[in-house]
Amino acid sequence: MHELAIAESIVDAVCDKAVGRRVHRVTLRVGALTAVVPEAMRFCFDLAVEGTVADGAALEIVELPGAASCRSCGATVMLESPILLCSCGSADLAVTAGRELQIVSMEVG
Amino acid sequence: MCATCGCGSVSAGSVSAGSVETVTLEQKVLARNDELAAHNRASLAARGIRAVNLMSSPGSGKTTLLERTIREMPGPVAVIEGDQETALDADRIRATGCPVTQVNTGAGCHLDAAMMHDALHRLDPAPGSVLFVENVGNLVCPALFDLGENTKVVIISVTEGTDKPLKYPYMFAAADLIVVNKLDLLPYVDFDLPLCRAHVKSVNPAAAVIALSARTGENMDAWYARVADR
Repeated sequence: MHELAIAESIVDAVCDKAVGRRVHRVTLRVGALTAVVPEAMRFCFDLAVEGTVADGAALEIVELPGAASCRSCGATVMLESPILLCSCGSADLAVTAGRELQIVSMEVG
Repeated sequence: MCATCGCGSVSAGSVSAGSVETVTLEQKVLARNDELAAHNRASLAARGIRAVNLMSSPGSGKTTLLERTIREMPGPVAVIEGDQETALDADRIRATGCPVTQVNTGAGCHLDAAMMHDALHRLDPAPGSVLFVENVGNLVCPALFDLGENTKVVIISVTEGTDKPLKYPYMFAAADLIVVNKLDLLPYVDFDLPLCRAHVKSVNPAAAVIALSARTGENMDAWYARVADR
């Protein structure tokens, strides 16, 4: 359940930046190859905000697909999991997207 | 939730009051962990210490591998032991005469850079040593948390199943080196070593694979060479 540790990191960061203002919404960017489960993330976020200036804040998760470029044939391959396989049969892929785990923005007031 | 009436609309009431502001952050979620990991990495490098993060499922033989490594590998070695509870593994390492400190994570399922930092202050490894960090036995969560190590190693054993790299791809994708342990048991189990290597390649083409037996000592030289090399 690493999502709890990640949720705590998010809440610490936004509360720090909010400098006492109320946090209403937090937007995250989560790549498909990060091993972060959005549903578990929401559950843990709701626990982690309790008693902070972000208590009750909404969590918006922007999910990004994984992508890689094939070193054998040059094709761009979309990835739903970290298993690397191009339709040309090669597993020699360089991951180009899907490892994002970022706090995009927050609404305060 | 709406601060005025609790209706679930986040911003409507507040926007009309003109008080809601969107603040762009664009920062890594684990920025604080990564900063602390960078600090750990720099302070280790300054003292010529190489840190190796050992990750696996429980029972793969991490502690047995460490016991033999401490006995046989040239040069000073120090160990940070991570477990949810008990100092049993640290006691095993201490019995070899190696400097060791135990980190108990309680309910936590992984080590993070702050725990590593505290452990480094307690342990104070000798300059020039190889520091092994035995992470909590778990093939999921430790993959995400940089500790400031030089090398991430995933250990599996031949009793676990050939398809483990495919079932836990995030962990195997994060590793620099895969150790397949308990090679002495290979004649008695259905583990397919070439297929396992192919599975590792399919999630991590860059990772090296070393098959060995920490119990009999078979192929341990390849492990020592690799650890010393990094």
